[in-house]
Amino acid sequence: MRERDVPQEGNATLAGHRKAVYAVADDGKLRLVSSRGWEVEEIVTRQAVEDLERRATLARARARAGESSPLEYHMYRARMDVGLLSQVTGVWRWRVRRHLKPAGFARLPPALKLRYAEALGISSEALDRVD
Amino acid sequence: MSSLLRHHGLPISEAMAFGLASALSFAYLPFLRINGLPLVSYRMPPRAVIKGLERSLGLDMRFETFRSPPAGMDRLDALLDAGKLVGLQTSVFWLPYFPPDLRFHFNAHNLLVYGRERDEYLISDPVAETTVRCAREDLRRARFARGMLAPKGLLYYVAARPAAPDWVRLGRRALARTARIMLAPLPLIGVRGMKLLAWQIERLPLADGGEHARLYIGNIVRMQEEIGTGGGGFRFLYASFLQELAAKTGHAALDGLASRLVEIGDRWREFALAAARMIRGRDALSPSVLAARLRALAADERVFFQSQHRAQRAWAP
Repeated sequence: MRERDVPQEGNATLAGHRKAVYAVADDGKLRLVSSRGWEVEEIVTRQAVEDLERRATLARARARAGESSPLEYHMYRARMDVGLLSQVTGVWRWRVRRHLKPAGFARLPPALKLRYAEALGISSEALDRVD
Repeated sequence: MSSLLRHHGLPISEAMAFGLASALSFAYLPFLRINGLPLVSYRMPPRAVIKGLERSLGLDMRFETFRSPPAGMDRLDALLDAGKLVGLQTSVFWLPYFPPDLRFHFNAHNLLVYGRERDEYLISDPVAETTVRCAREDLRRARFARGMLAPKGLLYYVAARPAAPDWVRLGRRALARTARIMLAPLPLIGVRGMKLLAWQIERLPLADGGEHARLYIGNIVRMQEEIGTGGGGFRFLYASFLQELAAKTGHAALDGLASRLVEIGDRWREFALAAARMIRGRDALSPSVLAARLRALAADERVFFQSQHRAQRAWAP
């Protein structure tokens, strides 16, 4: 990449930050050049974020319709999935899956609910709500 | 890492630190999954980078992990009060100064703490242009995040001043090591890993309209362009190391290698561009086209690292 080819396309996902990239200057040496972002990065980052947001929205609708527990919504909102939530809390996957259903969630002991809330960075009461 | 060494009186650039640690690599790790997508990495894991640098420069580095978060925070405070610069491994999801769109559950982010003002830590992070601040509670969460590659509060610092390095000896060893990793006869690592990934891309199911395939490809590009420094999957950073080593030691063959690697880095960027166009639907989704590009890259890098290996052997000390 030549120095003048360094993209300055204003990647929105960087939220105003700049990043440094290496580019070849006219004397053939590589140099650090500050970049305002490349569209390609924005596309792939947005894609990943939108996928996570889509999952959270779907889970929210399901939780409101009583088809799944609020835990599912909060899990996706924290950009996690069953595997990660299980690793983070130390609760087995099949138990996490059970707690994603309304019936399983209703039977949650307070201590375990607190553990989920802690891992998701919210309070135990917030875990009950779907805003 | 380079600022950690500069602080201890060894002026060394980011590129030099990266190269000497033999940090460049390629790995396709299907058994490590983040949100159902396999881990594709263009460099060695951070801990291996730091260890590699420690070995080659003969540093006295100390690494500490903690079972209990309070103990980990107390230790950090004690080191800062003693005037040390401390490196930390963290999860980016819990760092409040990160742009929200970049906050994923990625546990192998390294940053440097250089001070503390009451309950705020002063941090130098490669992501931010300037230094940043982070509250104690947030930093604790980031350090003790669990899950894949959990940091377990890992902190590291330099215990003794590094000696003046012998660039020729170190350079040769670093070149040999990187060439060996990239050409390793293991299916997941280096050039073979790229070929395997190309094969996997070709076999992506398209029955669901390509939804999963797009996410899979996007993940590869994200790992290449966004995580880390310099773009092109660290190829430009490594090329800069080759140029610097050439300037330091006067071994001109390295300059030629550097410009060839810059070209390979440009090919990687073209691969990313082609993939992004398919994700956005500007071009038809065609896994076989991307797989072919990846195979071509694998072939280029094979030839490149073979010549790097030869250049290293021909380089009489």
